[in-house]
Amino acid sequence: MQKRQFIQATALAVASMATSGVMAQDNVFKIGLILPMTGPFASTGKQIEAAVRLYMAQNGSSVAGKKVEIILKDDTSAPDVTKRIAQELVANDKVNVLAGFGLTPLAFATAPVATQSKTPMVVMAAATSSITEASPYIVRTSFTAAQVVTALADWAAKNNIKRVVSLVTDFGPGADSEKYFSERFLFNGGTVIEKLRVPLRNPDFAPFLQKVRDAKADAMFAFVPSGAGSALMKQFAERGLDKAGIRVIAEGSVTDDDILNSMGEVAMGVVSSHHYSANHNSAMNKKFVEAFGKANGGLRPNFMAVGGYDGMRVIYEAAKTTKGGTGEALLNAMKGQIFESPRGPMFIDAQTRDVVHNVYIRKVDRVGGELHNVEFATITDVKDPAKTK
Amino acid sequence: MLTILFDGIAYGMLLFILAVGLCITMGLMNFINLAHGAFAMVGGYLTVVLMQRYGVPFMLCLPIAFLGSAVLGAVLERTLYRPMYSKPHLDQVLFSIGLTFMAVAATDYFMGSTQQIMQLPEWLKGRTELFGSEQWSLGMGHYRLFIIAVCAALTIVLQAILVKTRFGSRLRASVDDPRVAAGLGINVNVVFATTFAVGSGLAGLGGALGAEVLGLDPTFPLKFMVYFLIVVAVGGTTSITGPLLAALLLGIADVAGKYYIPKLGAFIVYVLMIAILVWRPEGLFVRKARK
Repeated sequence: MQKRQFIQATALAVASMATSGVMAQDNVFKIGLILPMTGPFASTGKQIEAAVRLYMAQNGSSVAGKKVEIILKDDTSAPDVTKRIAQELVANDKVNVLAGFGLTPLAFATAPVATQSKTPMVVMAAATSSITEASPYIVRTSFTAAQVVTALADWAAKNNIKRVVSLVTDFGPGADSEKYFSERFLFNGGTVIEKLRVPLRNPDFAPFLQKVRDAKADAMFAFVPSGAGSALMKQFAERGLDKAGIRVIAEGSVTDDDILNSMGEVAMGVVSSHHYSANHNSAMNKKFVEAFGKANGGLRPNFMAVGGYDGMRVIYEAAKTTKGGTGEALLNAMKGQIFESPRGPMFIDAQTRDVVHNVYIRKVDRVGGELHNVEFATITDVKDPAKTK
Repeated sequence: MLTILFDGIAYGMLLFILAVGLCITMGLMNFINLAHGAFAMVGGYLTVVLMQRYGVPFMLCLPIAFLGSAVLGAVLERTLYRPMYSKPHLDQVLFSIGLTFMAVAATDYFMGSTQQIMQLPEWLKGRTELFGSEQWSLGMGHYRLFIIAVCAALTIVLQAILVKTRFGSRLRASVDDPRVAAGLGINVNVVFATTFAVGSGLAGLGGALGAEVLGLDPTFPLKFMVYFLIVVAVGGTTSITGPLLAALLLGIADVAGKYYIPKLGAFIVYVLMIAILVWRPEGLFVRKARK
C-alpha cells in the first residue's frame, strides 16, 4: 500500500512538472471531462455532455488562441474507476482542468488527485456540501442540496405547513437534505414528525408512504434521485395521500425536467425548490433551452445540463484571463466569477469556491401542453448554509 | 395495519410469480439458472415498449409478455441451456450469471439505462378503503388487488397441472430418472423444453406485472436475483406451495419491517432468511431430501 501510494505520488509529481513544460509548447487547452455515460446515472452524463458541446458550439472551440480539446471518459459511476481515469488524464493527457463528476463519491475519490497534481477540478453535478472542502482545487458550478432545501423549509413554514414527514433516499445528498431541511424547519417553528430513509435500491415505496399517511402530516418533504421521482409520485397518488390532504414539498431533483413530462398527472401541483427550471423566465434561458433542444433532438435541459454549461463558462473565462494557464493561476481566475447563467445570476464564492445563486420555489403545471416546474417565488443569492460557520 | 398486511401479500405474490419459474428449473430439472431475472426483465420491457410505442392495451400486454419470454426461453433452452444440463453446478452458475450480465449490458445499450415509466389503465389506478376505524383500516390499491388475483389464479392452475395432469406426472418422472422415463416412451427433451419455457414465461409475466411496483431498469435481474434465491432457498424446491408461502412471508416481513422499523429497512429480509436457514437448513417446507 505504502509503496503504491509512493508510486502514485511520484507519478503525479512527475506529471505535474511535465504538465507545465509540455503545455507551454503545444497549443491545446485540454479539459478532462469525467461523467457517468453508462449505468443508472447515464442521463446525468448525457445532459452534461450535451451542454458542454453546446457551450463550445456557441462560444467557439478555441480560447486565448488555444484550441479547446474535450477528453470525455466514462466513469461507470464507480469511485475507483473515476480516480484512475483522473490520474490518467492528469499524467498522460496532461489536462489543464478536470470536470464533470456526476455523483458525490466520485468527486470525493478524485479530490486527492486534484490536490496532488494542482489541477483545478470543476464539479458540475454532485451536490453534497462538503465536496468543496475535500480539496482546495475544487470549484462547483452545480448546487448544494442544503442550499435548496433550506429555502424550501423557509417557504413551507410561511405557507401553513406545520407538521412534516421527511422521506429521503439513504445516500450523501439525501442525508444532507434531511439534516438541513429539518434544522431550518425546526428553527422556523415547524415539527418534523418522522425522518424516513429509503434504501437506495428500494423501488417499492409502499411501506414508507403508508407511514407518511398514518402520521397525518401536513406535507411530505421528499428527496430521491431523479429516476425514482416518478415511481414515488405515482405511488403517492395511488395510496391516496393526495386525497388525504397531504402536500408534497420536494427537492427539485424529484421533478427533474428530464423526466417530468413523462411522469404525467401525478406530478401536477408538486411544490419543489431548486436553482434551475427549464421554464425559468429569462431571455438567456429561452435561448439556452431552444438551442439545447435543437442540438439534441428535442431533449429538455435539466439542472445537470445547466451545471455543465456554467462549468464550461467558468473554465472558458478563466482560460481567457490566464491565456490558457494551468494549476493555481487557472484556479484563481475561476474564483469570484460573477455572471448570468440560464438559471439566473450566479457567482463563484472566492472563499468557499462554491456556487452562490438564487433558489426558486416552483410548482408543477401545464405550460403549452407540457409539464413544467413553474417558478413562483425567488430567494436571492443563497450561499451554501453548510459553510456559514 | 391491515393495509400493511395487504401490501405485504401483494408484494409476496409478485415475488412468487417472479421466482416460481426458478423453483421449477432448479427443483424439478436440477438446473441452476441465475439468468432467470433476465427473462422477467424481457417481459417487463416488452410490456413497456408495447404500451408506450404501439399503444397496446395493458391486458393484452400481459399474455404477450408471457408468450414472448416463453418463446425466448424455449429458443435459448434448445440452443444454450440443453448442453449445460449434464455439467456440474458451478459451470451452470458461471454460464447463467454470464448470460445475466450480457442481458444487462444489451438492455442498457438498446433501451437506455433510465427507469422505465409505465402508465396503467384508469380502472387499475383507484383505491378502495374499508373499515373506517384507525387501527384496522384497510386500504387496497386496485392494482395490487389485481396482482393478488392474477397470482392466486396462476398458483392454483400450476399446482393442478403438476399434480393432476398427465404432463405433470411425465415431468416428475423425467426429473426423477430421465433414462427410465425415456425408456417408457416419454420424450424427455420436449418435457424439459416445455417446462423451461413455461418457467421463463411466468418470469416474463411477473416482470410485466412488477414493472409498476418494483421499477424496471437494466439492472433488474441483478437487483432481484437475491430475492429470487431467497424465495427458493427458504421455500425449498420440491413443491409449489413451499415457495408460495416463503414468498408471502418475505413480502410481508419486508413491507412490515420497513413500516415499523424503517431504520433497519431492507435488512429485515436477510435476518429472517438467516434465522430460517439456521433453524431449517433445507428450507421451510421440505418433505424429504431427495438423493
